[in-house]
Amino acid sequence: MSAALIAAVSALVGSGVYLITSRSLSRIVLGFSLLGHAAVLALLAAGGAAGGPPIVGNNDQAPSDPLPQAFALTAIVISFGLTLFILALASRQRQLTGDDLVEDDVEDRRVAQLSAKLANDRQGDAS
Amino acid sequence: MSVLVALAIVGPLAASGVGLLVRERHHLRDAITLMGLSATALAAVALLIDVQRNGTTVVRVGGWDPELGIVLVADQFASLILVVATLTILVVDIFAIGQRGTASTGDQTVVGPMLLVLTSGVSLAILTGDLFTLFVAFELILVSSYVLLTHQGRAAQLRSGMTYVVINLLASTLFLFGIAYVYAATRTVNIALLAERIPELDEGVRLGIGLWFLVVFGTKAAMFPLFSWLPDSYPTAPTTVTAVFAGLLTKIGVYVMIRFHTLTGMDDLGPVILVAAGLTMIVGVAGALAQNDVKRILSFHVVSQIGYMLMGLGLFTVAGVAGAVLFLVHQIPVKTVMFLVGGLIEDDQGNSSLDRVGGLAARRPIIAVLFAIPALSLAGIPPFSGFVAKLSLIDAGLDAGSIAIVVVALVASMFTLLSMSKIWLGVFWREPTPPSEPASSKASKRMMGGATLAAVAGTLAVVAFAGPLWTMSEDIARDLLDGQTYIDEVLGTDRGGVAAP
Repeated sequence: MSAALIAAVSALVGSGVYLITSRSLSRIVLGFSLLGHAAVLALLAAGGAAGGPPIVGNNDQAPSDPLPQAFALTAIVISFGLTLFILALASRQRQLTGDDLVEDDVEDRRVAQLSAKLANDRQGDAS
Repeated sequence: MSVLVALAIVGPLAASGVGLLVRERHHLRDAITLMGLSATALAAVALLIDVQRNGTTVVRVGGWDPELGIVLVADQFASLILVVATLTILVVDIFAIGQRGTASTGDQTVVGPMLLVLTSGVSLAILTGDLFTLFVAFELILVSSYVLLTHQGRAAQLRSGMTYVVINLLASTLFLFGIAYVYAATRTVNIALLAERIPELDEGVRLGIGLWFLVVFGTKAAMFPLFSWLPDSYPTAPTTVTAVFAGLLTKIGVYVMIRFHTLTGMDDLGPVILVAAGLTMIVGVAGALAQNDVKRILSFHVVSQIGYMLMGLGLFTVAGVAGAVLFLVHQIPVKTVMFLVGGLIEDDQGNSSLDRVGGLAARRPIIAVLFAIPALSLAGIPPFSGFVAKLSLIDAGLDAGSIAIVVVALVASMFTLLSMSKIWLGVFWREPTPPSEPASSKASKRMMGGATLAAVAGTLAVVAFAGPLWTMSEDIARDLLDGQTYIDEVLGTDRGGVAAP
């Protein structure tokens, strides 16, 4: 059981990380959903072995640990809200620029141009 | 006084709800925001006095056992930082109200209520006694800060807001994984119980947990090499928002890092933290030197200054951690003031690029004074607060025999002064330039100037009370490094053998 969970978590994390390195916001949203699921599964796996009764008193078995499940529920609710927020940002971005790609920083570009120009000048002096 | 603890968290959240309901009626909304923030600040001050007199307050929410339920812990460290944080937010809100209606900001419908949500999250993060509630507090802070960062909806803000959102969401997800690992290893997320159980863990597991949380909190704190989101996203936000973020958000990351890594006895991570601290200082200040816009320069300094606090933590001595605590107290108001002054410059000139403003010392001498005091303080020139804080750190470094980090800290300080003089030359001297936008009204100028002045006075108060603050920081550091005091306070000394499953 636990091996299956670990395999599922690693597959989800792998695809999630791949998706959030993308420039398109819709892919980033999908990536975070996958990562969120992976985290929830990890929390469940942290709760111990499966198969225990959910509530005390049914039989002599020790009940399942309720805390990780409470964590998982809270995490699901939070990630749901945040997914909606990124989607709203993506839709605003689309309104402004026509697509949902994350763009370069203007100042960063300016600094990069400056250093390229300096390097060029230096080469010019040397030759 | 458990009611104060509850008030500091629930009060601002309730006020923000009311504020959002009446958001279109500007004066009523501003009054509610101000009242909510003042009440929170008053509660924080009362809490600090109470903790000083009667010792730590522990609230078990719903009366649950600490093993299962949420505990809120107001000890000296928490209440001290809470006072500084809430007062800072209050000042920024006054500035924001003064700024309302000026050309650069528009009407700012959601700023007040969102600052309240942010306050609630900050209080919760400071007061919480378990990791999962800390996660929730981080999310509360982040959600409100996302909205603050992007509420004007301009293209540049959306672009940089995206970086901020994505990086911080990733850090939150990592935090969640970290909670799963900690829970699997120790069967608890309560920090006091962790302080007992983590040192008993297997060496590898223990260091793994320590490093994992170093990455999580380091991302929030903008530690090298996890800082690049910060100078990218802060400068585009409206001034008031940047002021709060720069003053508080990264510092909350440092605060929880100090708390978690000292209490759980991660002394052997000291060298790693010290290397990261040195690189953070140098890379931050080097980035600042390359920039040409007041807000961007200041944003890089936020990163650079984080290094000093990490240095104090990395030493893992009483003097070092006490220095880090004192630096935290000095840094929150100073950083906020610097950005507020940046906002004043922007308000006067229409932008804050060094190429396009100049001669402000002649035209607006008050702004020049308001800039000079925190700038000198940031560089660590006596007699300002930065000097006291840096001196204690350097002293601690020499005591611990870590000469390398002391040299790095001094060099970074010198470059800080250099980059402050760059701003001074560019903005306050040279030929005056005519403002590119119509000036804002007298009343709003007075309100913004007054708020900045109050914050400058706050930084001076840190120097005036440096003696008592240092004694308190040493107390805090001793308790944190010892850990037993915190454990006893939270769990109670008389618990008869809590069965660890």
